[in-house]
Amino acid sequence: MQTAVTSDNLPSTRPRLPDEPLITIQPSKGWAAIDFREIWEYRGLLYFLTWRDLKVRYKQTALGMAWVIMQPLLTTAVFTVFLGYLVKVPSDGIPYPLFAYAGLLPWTFFMGAINSSSNSLVGNAQLITKVYFPRSIVPIAAVMARLPDFAIAFIVLLGLAVYYRAPIGLNLLMMPVCVALLTLLALGAGMTTSALNVKYRDVGVMMPLLLQILMFVSPVVYPVSLVPPAWRSLYSLNPLVGIIDGFRTSVLGGNFDWQALGISAIITFAILVGAAFSFQRMERHFADIV
Amino acid sequence: MKPIIRAENLSKQYRLGERRGAPETLGDVLSETFRSPTKALQRLRGGGPLIWALKDVNFEVMPGEVVGIIGHNGAGKSTLFKILARVTEPTGGRVQLYGRVSSLLEVGTGFHPELTGRENVFLNGSILGMRRSETMRKFDEIVAFAEIERFIDTPVKRYSSGMYMRLAFAVAAHLEPEILLVDEVLAVGDAAFQKKCLGKLGDAASEGRTVLFISHNMAAIQSMCKRVLWLNGGEIVEEAEASKVVSDYMQGGASFSRERVWNDVDSAPGNNKVRLHRACVRPVTGSATDAINIQTPLMLEVEYWNLKPAARLSISLHLYNEEGILVFATVPVRERTWQGKPFPAGLFRSVCYIPGGLLNNGVHRALLFVVKDQEKVILSLEDAVTFDVQDSVERRGDWLSSWPGAVRPDLDWETEYLGDAIASAGIDLPIRTSNSQ
Repeated sequence: MQTAVTSDNLPSTRPRLPDEPLITIQPSKGWAAIDFREIWEYRGLLYFLTWRDLKVRYKQTALGMAWVIMQPLLTTAVFTVFLGYLVKVPSDGIPYPLFAYAGLLPWTFFMGAINSSSNSLVGNAQLITKVYFPRSIVPIAAVMARLPDFAIAFIVLLGLAVYYRAPIGLNLLMMPVCVALLTLLALGAGMTTSALNVKYRDVGVMMPLLLQILMFVSPVVYPVSLVPPAWRSLYSLNPLVGIIDGFRTSVLGGNFDWQALGISAIITFAILVGAAFSFQRMERHFADIV
Repeated sequence: MKPIIRAENLSKQYRLGERRGAPETLGDVLSETFRSPTKALQRLRGGGPLIWALKDVNFEVMPGEVVGIIGHNGAGKSTLFKILARVTEPTGGRVQLYGRVSSLLEVGTGFHPELTGRENVFLNGSILGMRRSETMRKFDEIVAFAEIERFIDTPVKRYSSGMYMRLAFAVAAHLEPEILLVDEVLAVGDAAFQKKCLGKLGDAASEGRTVLFISHNMAAIQSMCKRVLWLNGGEIVEEAEASKVVSDYMQGGASFSRERVWNDVDSAPGNNKVRLHRACVRPVTGSATDAINIQTPLMLEVEYWNLKPAARLSISLHLYNEEGILVFATVPVRERTWQGKPFPAGLFRSVCYIPGGLLNNGVHRALLFVVKDQEKVILSLEDAVTFDVQDSVERRGDWLSSWPGAVRPDLDWETEYLGDAIASAGIDLPIRTSNSQ
């Protein structure tokens, strides 16, 4: 589509017009999913927006990238003191700091991704009201920009696992699956909240509270085994349960709860599909109301 | 030949600004839905006041054409561009585009203050639809065009606003779309840079690109465009060659309320002390409906009934421009016949003369006061008259952008040649001043 031919040397040649219109602009109707092919066409922009988010986040901070590790480490320390040492929350036989860090790591990623994608469309209002591009790129980039942080903090997790002599083994093969599910869930939720936030700024205000609640109904700082069996199936409807538990199992060893993982996968995809349709439905009004 | 842009029955409906009682937050929506479900339903169906920003607009643009778009503020020009740039969707109709579109309405879009000039060029390029290789190829050219070579690795938050805008414009100006939308961004930077920008637009046109150009600046429109669309109230009023549309548009200035008359003493604006009969602005010479430009001497007439004998009245006029800035205020202090004297009951006329070569171009509004005893306002009327002052091509020189300033006085200038001693000038001057002291 993008012809890089310059007409500098041929000033008199007019561009030959295609037979079919390149773009037809008309009111869109009904429901449709996001155009994934178009997002692929704009992958360059996705790359640059992700890169910008990353670059800007730690500009003019004294500690810079160190914050990536500091955040989960400090929260781990706090939970270790209060839950591990004072309350003595069980941790399935794993040393509590390691247990908590392995839960806080995916949680920090998810929380950061949701927080930044929720505010991404509003924060980029200047872009949205001036230029065309698939709007979903903005929340997607916000989620993507959290992945490098996750990768760095993951190396620390491996270090901790070695230090505490956790049995790292074949379980690790499931790690990418859990991370992929977590990313997709963050994408689905982030796209929806970002779109809602354009119209109702309440969403942005509500988000920290919602995330706080979500953290305590997910096995981040306590094991699933702490939840009474009678509540377990209801509990597993939270897709983060299967994913975070699965992630911890993949790194620290133990048996996977395949049923919980399956439920998580199904719900994640349902959220993602719902997000793709509803986002497309809402995005046509972004420029008029943001 | 086939058109590169074809717009058919293009319409865009907007809901007017802030709706009264419209829910702003999710909580409002929920509580209102419970309190009055019918109202909530009505709102879903769109009960608020709607306006057509564009209505059944049809036009075609041939490849390589440079088409100007003119019209008053709110005529739908920017809405049209937003639709063409696919920023917003039309409500009805359609546009077929046979080429890539970029618009210069996005100058500086996506610039991030924390990033350096270099980083911003790449980021902005990708936002405007340039590939990385394309940006890399043009990078040196862009930096040279913006004249900021030394600062390219400095965060743009440390740039002066001029440097910032130059860099932003430079990126946008190096796009190579088939269709370019330009929305009067030429007000950027100094005269020299403006000339470069206009040159760049000219290049785009001569390279066979199609350009749509929105401007309030009739001189620039006439020098750049062959064909002009005139939009008013969301509809195309006229579409023809530039000189014809521009002159019709300028005549259209008469559509402002340059004269207002109230014949009935009882219903005219005022009170039991004074009532207005007529307010009018007109050129001093020629017909009352002639176009007014920045060189036209004007007279502003106010006719009013004095209902209280022996009142000492005077008129005060405040003239505001388009931006709502008070251009000047005037009272008849030097008027000899009636100023400060008791007025008998009856009809009076006060005339204020505004010389040519004083006002800037643009829409002006007069706020009118009737003052008693030179201190007490007994009547005020907003927008007593409104009129458009047109630009004058002879008074522009090479400057093609909008002319800054609340007024645009036609002042005398002199320039003298003081000799060729360049080096000595700096030494001579302080000695001379110290001698004179």
